Amino acid sequence: MDEEYDVIVLGTGLTECILSGLLSVEGKKVLHMDRNDYYGGDSASLNLTQLYRKFRPDQAPPTALGRDRDYAVDLVPKFIIASGELTKILVHTDVTRYLEFKQIAGSFVYRDGRISKVPSTEMEAVRSPLMGLFEKRRAKKFFEFLQGWKDEDPTTHQGINLDKDSMKTVYEKFGLEPGTQDFIGHAMALYLDDDYITKPARPTYDRIILYTSSMARYGKSPYIYPLYGLGELPQSFARLSAIYGGTYMLDKQIDAIVTDADGKFVGVTSGGETVKAKQVIGDPSYFGAGKDGEGGKVRVLEEGKVVRAICLLKHPIPGTDDSDSCQIIIPQNQVGRRNDIYIATVSSTHNVCAKDVFVAIVSTIVETDKPELEIAPGLNLLGPIHEKFVTITPLYTPTSTGTSDNIFITRSYDATSHFETVVEDVQDVFKRVTGTDLVLKKREVEVTE
Amino acid sequence: MEQTKSAVVNGFAATFSSTMSDSASGSVDKSVQVKLVLLGEAAVGKSSVVLRFVSNEFQPNKEPTIGAAFLTQKCRLEDRILRYEIWDTAGQERFHSLAPMYYRNAQAAVVVYDVTKASSLEKAKSWVKELQRQANPNIVIALAGNKVDLVQSSASSSGTSPSLDSEDEADDATATPGETPGSSGDPESLRQVPREEAQAYASEAGLLFFETSAKTGEGIVDIFTEIAKKIPIEHILAATRGSSGRPGASGNRTEGTRQQGVNLDDNAPKPKDACNC
Repeated sequence: MDEEYDVIVLGTGLTECILSGLLSVEGKKVLHMDRNDYYGGDSASLNLTQLYRKFRPDQAPPTALGRDRDYAVDLVPKFIIASGELTKILVHTDVTRYLEFKQIAGSFVYRDGRISKVPSTEMEAVRSPLMGLFEKRRAKKFFEFLQGWKDEDPTTHQGINLDKDSMKTVYEKFGLEPGTQDFIGHAMALYLDDDYITKPARPTYDRIILYTSSMARYGKSPYIYPLYGLGELPQSFARLSAIYGGTYMLDKQIDAIVTDADGKFVGVTSGGETVKAKQVIGDPSYFGAGKDGEGGKVRVLEEGKVVRAICLLKHPIPGTDDSDSCQIIIPQNQVGRRNDIYIATVSSTHNVCAKDVFVAIVSTIVETDKPELEIAPGLNLLGPIHEKFVTITPLYTPTSTGTSDNIFITRSYDATSHFETVVEDVQDVFKRVTGTDLVLKKREVEVTE
Repeated sequence: MEQTKSAVVNGFAATFSSTMSDSASGSVDKSVQVKLVLLGEAAVGKSSVVLRFVSNEFQPNKEPTIGAAFLTQKCRLEDRILRYEIWDTAGQERFHSLAPMYYRNAQAAVVVYDVTKASSLEKAKSWVKELQRQANPNIVIALAGNKVDLVQSSASSSGTSPSLDSEDEADDATATPGETPGSSGDPESLRQVPREEAQAYASEAGLLFFETSAKTGEGIVDIFTEIAKKIPIEHILAATRGSSGRPGASGNRTEGTRQQGVNLDDNAPKPKDACNC
């Protein structure tokens, strides 16, 4: 270990693995380490043994659940938006050759005590119970306005300035009811709360267009999902990195981050040896997250918590037409909260669990001191729950950009249902580390129905 | 160079390009894709074995593996054409950091050791165990004792003379038999793994066994031919039929679980990478 590296990457979560892969491809000499003996960090998918070791160390997995190796249970519930930024990176780096994707079968939204499918076709829209007849007409006009929008053609603007007018103004112009606004803002624009309403409409417009174009791409839902679980994603980027010369070491305890007198990064100490590098990238857990008074400087701050309940079911979620997978969004207004509750379900169709088992993860941003009660509206939709593992995870964000000390820290995986913010973090860290923007070209991704 | 099997298998793409040109785009593609993973200690010549098979080349001082996701090579077996998708470890084996994804859906594995390094056979055995634990239960495993050129003289030497000198020549530059412990012109003294010992282990563990030289080409094509014969082709065809036919990614995970009602042909925008060779 007496070599010197350009970059040491700590943690094999998706963010770190994408960065490691991109930097290796750029010709950087990368050393990538993880304290766990598996890939993925907080974004891993675990088999039953690993799952029980993590959540119930005193208990062996019940044999009734089937074979250990059939399981790949995600720790962070997210789906890939078909036309989103992660898809672009997957295609650009060609790691799609290691992966096979399936559609998520449906997207549902909770309204007035029941769940309904987010329409994916005009037929479904016409029949959807989400809106009354007149509201459907108004919504149709609204969507036609969005689809017809051309920045360079003011006749398509109908008097709206997307960059100045708030989303509230747009909703009011089309006379949309609050329930419809909930549906659009939360089930389509995928906002977690209602802060967007008073802000300029442009980002909401972009998100709705992303949603509808993703929906149009494969038909059933805007989401795709990798067979064998989300943990395949970091593994495939790690392979990309290795193929371009990246060195991988799992199961390595990191004893210290070594800095010089000015606080600049020098190296990483593991097993009594210090490896030097010009820069270090890592997830917050390697930089004092969750530990106070560690003598050194505070590098990461907690900015909230997410509660996640991983539930194993023996049946599809009631009311989803026996879908093998789905997302259910419970908009905050519907249950008197500030943040939405999400349910993400996958099953043996995605090779993540034994046959006839469904993995449903209910999650939300913690608002009270009784987080598990907060997800009750989600848990109540699941029917009988066979096994439940609840985690309350702090979300950390770095205190500095790293440009002054060459220590670049990534963000925790947030409560959003997709990877767009993960990619934003990748782009952000990439720019901070290399000084240049990450530029990707676009190609097609192949999907199994 | 041994090319005795070339009537059945040809490792060289040029010979096959015409045969294959029509089937790549046709819907009745008779080629069967087989994901094959390479395993073995660093510097035993894993990449060299593949390079010999795929390109019929040998690079004496090959750098550690860089830059190839996987190589493909077609292999004809009677009326079937197998298309090997050969995965290299990309060095991730060095610190025990191979991802489960690597083994996923592999239908074949070549576990390589170095006949001049006893410890590399022990390592090979542990990889075999790992495969039996992690991989598809039907996986066909071949054990390859590489660098056999180092222990052969031009006149055939007789018997084995186990020289258990454990000096670590951790180097894949096989072309330098000069710096040998106690060698006085008898290359066989370099041998640390007797053929019989490895053969006995392979039989016991149900592995195909070959001694090979990526340098001369000896035994290389044979590995892939014999694997092709042993692979349950009909099983793979049944499992991947209507799927994209990509062994590394298809749902052919273990014995029973077939993808239900999935037809990639209807849905896939385009066939995956037609051919690299």
